[in-house]
Formats: sequence, C-alpha cells, structure tokens
Amino acid sequence: MRWIVNRREVEREVDVRTSLLDLLREHLHLFGAKKGCNQGACGACTVLVDGERINSCLALAVQYQGREITTIEGLGAPGALHPLQQAFVEHDGFQCGYCTPGQICSAVGMAAELRNGVPSYVTTDLEAEMIALSHDELRERMSGNLCRCGAYKGIVDAIHETFSDLAAPIPKREAA
Amino acid sequence: MNPFQYDRASDVSAALMARTRAGAQYLGGGTNLIDLMRETIEHPDVLVDVTGLSRDIEETNGGGLKIGAGVKNTAVAADRRVRERFPLLAQAILAGASAQIRNMATVGGNLMQRTRCIYFYDDAASCNKRNPGDGCDARDGFNRNHAVLGASESCAATHPSDMCVALAALDAVVTVRGKNGSRDIPLPAFHRLPGDTPHIDTVLESGELITAVTLPPNGIAARSCYRKVRDRASYAFALVSVAAGLEMEGGMIRDVRIALGGVAHKPWRAERAEAALRGGPATEAAFRQAAEAELAAAQPLRDNAFKIELAKRVIADTFAKLAQAQGAAQ
Repeated sequence: MRWIVNRREVEREVDVRTSLLDLLREHLHLFGAKKGCNQGACGACTVLVDGERINSCLALAVQYQGREITTIEGLGAPGALHPLQQAFVEHDGFQCGYCTPGQICSAVGMAAELRNGVPSYVTTDLEAEMIALSHDELRERMSGNLCRCGAYKGIVDAIHETFSDLAAPIPKREAA
Repeated sequence: MNPFQYDRASDVSAALMARTRAGAQYLGGGTNLIDLMRETIEHPDVLVDVTGLSRDIEETNGGGLKIGAGVKNTAVAADRRVRERFPLLAQAILAGASAQIRNMATVGGNLMQRTRCIYFYDDAASCNKRNPGDGCDARDGFNRNHAVLGASESCAATHPSDMCVALAALDAVVTVRGKNGSRDIPLPAFHRLPGDTPHIDTVLESGELITAVTLPPNGIAARSCYRKVRDRASYAFALVSVAAGLEMEGGMIRDVRIALGGVAHKPWRAERAEAALRGGPATEAAFRQAAEAELAAAQPLRDNAFKIELAKRVIADTFAKLAQAQGAAQ
C-alpha cells in the first residue's frame, strides 16, 4: 500500500484493520496526531487529506491509499514553525499540548473550507459568497476539537489572528 | 475488530457482486461503521468500499437535484444549488457531527447510520437491536435521549441523523440498486419503526445499494429551516429537531412540511400536524394546536417526558419565525 505523507511517498504493508492514525503513529512514527478517544469525538487525531480535515482514527489506512496526507509534522518544524504554530505559542493556545496538533491541522482545514465558501450551522446567509471568520463562526467550525485543559481562549485568539484576513492565502511551508 | 477482507468497488455492478459474498457489508466514509466494528457491534467479513461511486450532484427536470450516494456531507451542504433551493437540507447537514466527520461521511452512509443508544453500543447490556430477543435495557434504564413516538416494547432507540429529517420534510426519494434492478423509496418509508424487529433499521433488501437521493423541485423548500435543540451548542445529537417549511398566502397556510428528529426510531414526518395546519390561519395558536395533535400519541419513558413539551414548543416557535419572515416579506 502507498500513501503520500507530508509530501513523501511511503509504502507499507499493513493489516487492513489499521486505522490511518495507527499507520501514522505506529508504522511511520509520526507522533504528532494523537489518539484521544479513538472514536471521532475529540479531534486530537485530525489530519489533512488532500487539504481536507478528517478524523484519522475513524479512517482505515487502506481506504486512503494514494492520497496526500498532511500531519502537524508536515505543516511546520522547530525553527520553521507554521504561522499558526507560532500564534499558538504567542497566545498560550495550549497547556498540556495533547490536543494541539489536531487543533492546528483542523484550523488549517477550516481556513480552506472558509476560502471555498463552505457554510456552517451558524452562517446566517447561506447564499453569501464570502463568509467572515467571526467569533461564532470560528467556535462552531472548531467544535470537533476538544481541549480538556480549557485553553480555548488562546486557541481562538491564535486561529483568529492567523486566519481572520481571508483574502490572504493560507500559509504553507515550501515543499522540502 | 475482527479480521475482514477489503474490496474497493470500481462500479455499482461490481459492488453488488462483491456484496453477495458471505458477511459482506458496504463501506462509506466509515465514521459510524468503523466505530461499531471497533466496539465489536458490527463484524463484517468483507467490506465493499463504495465511496468511489455515485459522486455527482445532477440537475433534474424542474429544478430538482439528484445527489449521488457517494457525495460527502460537506459537499452537499456547500453546493450552491442546495443552499439556494433547499436551505433546510444544508442547515440540517451542518447541524450534524463535526466538520471533520462531515468531510468523511457520505450521503448513503448518513442514511444507513445506526442509533447511538448507549445500550446498543454496550455489548454487556441487553439490546434487541443488537441481539434480537435479548431484551431492552433502555426501557428501564437511562432513557433521556430515547424515543417518545412510535417506540415499542422491544426498542425505544432514536435515529441519529439530522440530514434524514430534512430529507423527510422535502419528500426526497432514495434510489437503490439490487439484483433485480433499481427501485425508488420515499424517504419517510425508507427507515422502519422498531415493532418487534428492531434489528432491521430500513426497508432495504439484502445486498441493495443506495445510489442516489433525489430532491424533487419544491417551492416550499426555499422557505424552510432546520432547528436543532441539544445539550450543547455544537457537536451533539438532537434532543429534538424540527425540519420546517411554510408557504403562506395572505395570513393563510397554503402548504406546510414538518419532520421531527430525536423523537423516534426514524425521521418522523409529522403528517397530523401538517394536516391540521394546511389551509388554516398562520397563527401561533394554530401552530401550537398542530404540535399538540402530533404529540398526542407520544409515550414517555422515565427520563424523556421533557421531549414532548420541548417538541411542541420548538415546532410552534419555528413556525412562528417562518410566518413572521414571510409576513415581513409580503
């Protein structure tokens, strides 16, 4: 089986029961995505597949062959942080840090959804071409990511600072 | 999770063929089925991945839409035609789950998702849906989330979908393919009441595959909304939800659609309330009376009696707002 993980092609033979999360953590040793609930409730395992955020714990690795998977390790690295990682540091967007990789991958996916005009449950004008990242929109759109430390204020501030100007492209690190 | 074989179907015929193997099940986005397999509630021997099939949203005559069963929930809610013509459906989808799950989940899978009754999920509990004849621990257990309409001695589980409640109100039609060809099933008839066979969720016959859901052109859909009441503001299943459409002429109700979620084993099309309202005045008293008529047959369990009054209030308030919006527009 083959996948493209953080811009590199990888090949592994794994049991078909292996989740995408377990492929990343146990077979590729990318420990950024976390196994919180392992049932899609907490969002700690969030990764991007072809730029869309998903819960990797509910995904079978076999089902995502050939797809482009981006984990927190593919967004930034020590010394070359993604702007949202930097903003999490500056705004105290975490205490224990367990939910952070999922929060950041989720927010990057959320920004892409906003740029594509995907509405949310709190979007009042469903026919709007552009949807601004208001406080309510941000909180609704990030509801799939829980933080048991309750660092939500810093998380919201960091995401808002990074993505409130939707005319700006979503920052991406250059391919390695 | 039990071992299984994985088979990615290249087309509908191949999927139908693969599904004839012993213990085979179709796999959509997996957000419910993978979880149920991990909990050992489901144990298929073969998973037939159908996510590559039926991925388009097509126009039908007169302004309707035919949505392929493999279209992701997010893609339906984001589709401009859905947002303009069937805002109720976009709202209902967006009220469900989280963004991550909506990006994975398919339309067909949403129709086929199973109840989140805690006793169904707990293999140490008795559950007629999981194990026919086993009994039901929900009836005398913690049943705050359970059904008040159409339940039976065997089962009081609720259907968890928001999308299906909107589809029930919109007169949607489910197209399925089986070994004898295609057939169409009106959405309100697709899911079953539990009776004494709660292990059967839908009227699908063995091996049948959902290929599309068609939304007929419907003027009332543009004047519709979905209202969901839950324990927290986002990412929770409905205690009560209402899919509502209202078409007025003067102060009178020309046409009306009501479906309820969170109250029954299936998306509950509120035909009694619709009949009570159609042709009558659009007043708050009429909305409340219609809600009373629909909930007259409701039967509470120990913990869920609040849903009956809640449903009445949410129906009445949602229609008051729809009427007000149209009054203001006239």
